[in-house]
Amino acid sequence: MLYFSKIKIITVILITIIFIYLSLSNLFKFDDNFLKNKINLGLDLQGGSYLLLEIDNQPIISQTLQNKLIDLKKFFNDKAIVAKNFTIENNKIFFESNPTFIDKILEFLSDKDSDLNPYFENFKTHQYIVDQNENFFSIYLSDYGIVVLNTSSLDQAVEIVRRRVDETGTNEPNILKRGNNRILVELPGLDNPARIKSLLGKTANLTFQFVSSNKNDGFGTEKLKFDNNIDEATVSKRIILNGDNLVDAKPRMDTQNNETIVSFTLDRVGAKKFARATTENVGKQLAIILDGKIISAPSIREPIVGGSGQISGNFTFQSATDLALLLRSGALPAPMNIIEERTVGPDLGKDSIKAGILSLIVGFSLVVIFMIYKYRIFGLIANFTLITNLSLLIGVLTLFGATLTLPGIAGIILTVGMAVDANVLIFERIKEEIKKENNKIIAFDSGYIKSKTAIIDANITTLIAAVILFFMGSGPVKGFSVTLGVGILTTLFSVYFIARLLTSIYIKSNKDKEKLI
Amino acid sequence: MNIIQFNKFYKHFGFFSFLLIVISVFFLLFKGLNFGVDFKGGTLIEIRLESSDHSVSKVRDVFSKSNLSNLTVKNFGNDKDYVIKFQKQNLKNPEFINNLKKEISESFPDINFRRVENVGPKVSSELLKSGIIAISLSLAAMLLYIWIRFEWQFSLGAILALFHDVIITLGIFSFLSLEINLSIIAAVLTIVGYSMNDTVVIFDRVRDNLRKHIDIHINDLTNQSINETLSRTILTSFTTLLALLSIFFLGGEILRGFSLAMILGVIIGTYSSIYIANPVLVKLNVNHYTVVKKEEDKN
Repeated sequence: MLYFSKIKIITVILITIIFIYLSLSNLFKFDDNFLKNKINLGLDLQGGSYLLLEIDNQPIISQTLQNKLIDLKKFFNDKAIVAKNFTIENNKIFFESNPTFIDKILEFLSDKDSDLNPYFENFKTHQYIVDQNENFFSIYLSDYGIVVLNTSSLDQAVEIVRRRVDETGTNEPNILKRGNNRILVELPGLDNPARIKSLLGKTANLTFQFVSSNKNDGFGTEKLKFDNNIDEATVSKRIILNGDNLVDAKPRMDTQNNETIVSFTLDRVGAKKFARATTENVGKQLAIILDGKIISAPSIREPIVGGSGQISGNFTFQSATDLALLLRSGALPAPMNIIEERTVGPDLGKDSIKAGILSLIVGFSLVVIFMIYKYRIFGLIANFTLITNLSLLIGVLTLFGATLTLPGIAGIILTVGMAVDANVLIFERIKEEIKKENNKIIAFDSGYIKSKTAIIDANITTLIAAVILFFMGSGPVKGFSVTLGVGILTTLFSVYFIARLLTSIYIKSNKDKEKLI
Repeated sequence: MNIIQFNKFYKHFGFFSFLLIVISVFFLLFKGLNFGVDFKGGTLIEIRLESSDHSVSKVRDVFSKSNLSNLTVKNFGNDKDYVIKFQKQNLKNPEFINNLKKEISESFPDINFRRVENVGPKVSSELLKSGIIAISLSLAAMLLYIWIRFEWQFSLGAILALFHDVIITLGIFSFLSLEINLSIIAAVLTIVGYSMNDTVVIFDRVRDNLRKHIDIHINDLTNQSINETLSRTILTSFTTLLALLSIFFLGGEILRGFSLAMILGVIIGTYSSIYIANPVLVKLNVNHYTVVKKEEDKN
C-alpha cells in the first residue's frame, strides 16, 4: 500500500493543484477563461425570496369535459345515434342511450384513429376512459389524460410566471417546475416579494385583431411592431377575440402536406365570434397580438366555424410549439396560490455567512491543534490532508456550480470533524501492527490494508444518509447533503492518495528511527 | 495496556437504555414533538429592533392587535432579535404579509424584517411526510447495507442501536420542547449515518477477532474489540464534537437546534455502539462459526 508509481504521484499532485486552484478562484478574481464556475450562495446566505406556487387545475378539467360533452352530442347527432340526458358530475360525463346503439357508441369511443377519444400510442391508453352499464355511459379522463392536461397547464403557467418575473427586472430568477402542478420561484436579493406576488396574480393580454390599411375603419387603427421588433403592421383597434376565449392551443403535424401547424380551440362564445368574423373577412390578415406585439398575422383562407382553427406558416416544430405556447399563455391557465414563502433579508444572510465562517475557522483550528497534540508528525500529515480535503471539497462544489447554504456550511464543518476519522483509524491500526511487526514498512503497510474495510464501510453508511437526504430534502437542507456527501468522497481521496503518499515518503526516509508513531 | 471491562456493565446499561427508551416513547406519545412552521404550517417572522428598550411582551402586544391565532413571541439569540410565530389567517390573500408588515412598522419605526417564512398546510404535511419517509428509508438502507456486509446478528445489533439513538434523541427534543424543523430531520439522518459508522468500525473488529479466535467467549471478545477500537472511537467522537460545539456556540441561532441534535446524537450514538450493538451479539450467541462457516460456503 505504500508504493506509488511516478505517474500516480504526478496525477495526484496535479488533481490536487487543480482543485486548490478552483477553490481559491472563489476568493480571488482570476483573469482567465479557464473556468467561470463559482459557488452560488443559497437564498439563506445571500438573502432573497423563495415562492412555491400551486396551480388549481380543476377549472381546466371542467372546461375540457364541457367541451368534450359538446363534441359528443354533435358527433352522435351526426351519426344519428340516440344519446340523451348528458350531465357532468364529479369530473365524469354521463349520458344514456338505448340497446341498439351501445355497440356502435363503444366502437366509436375506442377507435384509436379518431379525435373523439384520442389514443396515446406510447402509453397504450385513450385520453378518456369509457364505462358502460346497460344503457348508461360514463366518460372520464384517464390518468394519462389528466397528466397531459396537468403538464400542459404547468408548462403554460411556468412560461407566464417567467415572463412576469423577468418583467420586474429581478436578477437571475430561478423558476422551476415542481411535481405536476407546482412552480418554484427563487428570487435572489429580493427581500420584499410583495410586487412579484401581486404580479403573478394578473392576466396577460392576448388579442386577435385584423390587419387594416383602411384609415376609415370604424374603430380606428394602430401601428404595432412584430415580435422581432423590426417589421410592423397597422391593425384595426377592433378586438375580435381576446385570450379569455382561448381554451387550448397545440402544435400539430398537418398530415396532408406534411407541414407543422398550430391548432387552437375556442370556447363557445369565442367560436361564435370567430366564425362570424372570419366568414365576413376571408382573404384578410388576422393579427395575433400579445402584450402589444404581433406574434404573427396569417391570412384567413376560409371561414372558421368549428370553434377551433389552425395557423399555418413556415413553422418549424419548435416555432409552432412556441406559438402554441404563446397562444395558450394569454392568461394564466388556472388560478394559482402561493403555498410556501420564505424570505431572508440581506443582513440576516450576511450574519449567517459570518457566523458560518467563524464556526468553520474555530472548529477547524480546534481539530488541527488536537491532531498535532495527539499524533505529532502524523498529526501534521493528517492536518495537511485535512486542508487539502477542504480545498478539494470547495473545488468540487465550484466545479459543479453547487449552491452553498447555511446547513451546507454546517456540512463542511462536520466533514472537518469526521474527516480525521479515516486517518485516525489507520494510525491506530498502525500502532497495533508496530507492536507485532519489526519491519516498520510492513507494519505501516498492513495498517493501511487492515483498516480499509472499516473505513469504506463507515463512510458508505454516512454517504447513504447523505444521498437519501439529497433526494428527500428540500432547499437549504439539500445543500447540507451535498457538502456532506461530496465531503465523504474528497475525504476518501485525500486519505488514500495524499495522506498515504505523505506517509510513505516520511516512512521511507525515517525507517530507522526508534519511535515512528 | 489497560483493558476496561465494558462487558461487566452490559446488563446495567442495557436496563438504563431500556428505561430511557420507555421514557422517550412516553414523552413522544403524551407530550409530542414541538413542530415548527415547516411541519405544522403557519408563519414565522424574525425581526430585529435596533433600540434595545423593547421587550417580548411589548412585541407581543403589537402583533396581537393584528388578530393572529396561536401567536408566540420569543427572543432569538439576543435581546434585539425576536421570532414571532402564528397560524396564518387568510391563505388566499397574497397581500396579507405585506399589510401586516406595514401595520407593525407603524409601531416600530426601527424594525428590520430579517426573515419571513410562510408555509401552507398542504406543504407542511408533505414536508412532514417526506421527512418521515427519509428517516425510514435511511434506516432501511442501513439495514440492507449492513445485512449485505455482515451476518444477520450484526445487522440486528446495529439496527437496534440506530432505533435507540433516534428514539432517545427525539425523546430529548420532546422533553425539552425543542423545535423540530427541516434541519432537525437532516440532523437525525446524519446521526443515523454517524451511529452506523461507529457501530460498523467496532463490528468490523469483532468479526476480525471472531475469525482469529475459536475459544474466546463472545462476551470477552466484544470487550476486547471495543477496547482495541476505543482510542479511535474516542478520538473521532471528540473531533466531531469539537466541530459541532463550534457550530453550536458560533454558528448562529438558526443552526443551534441542528447542532444540538447532532451533539446529542454523536454522544448517544457512540454510547450505543458499545452498549447496545455489542450486547446484542452476546445475546445471540455469536461465535467463531457464525462468521467462518459462512465464508467457507462462499468458497
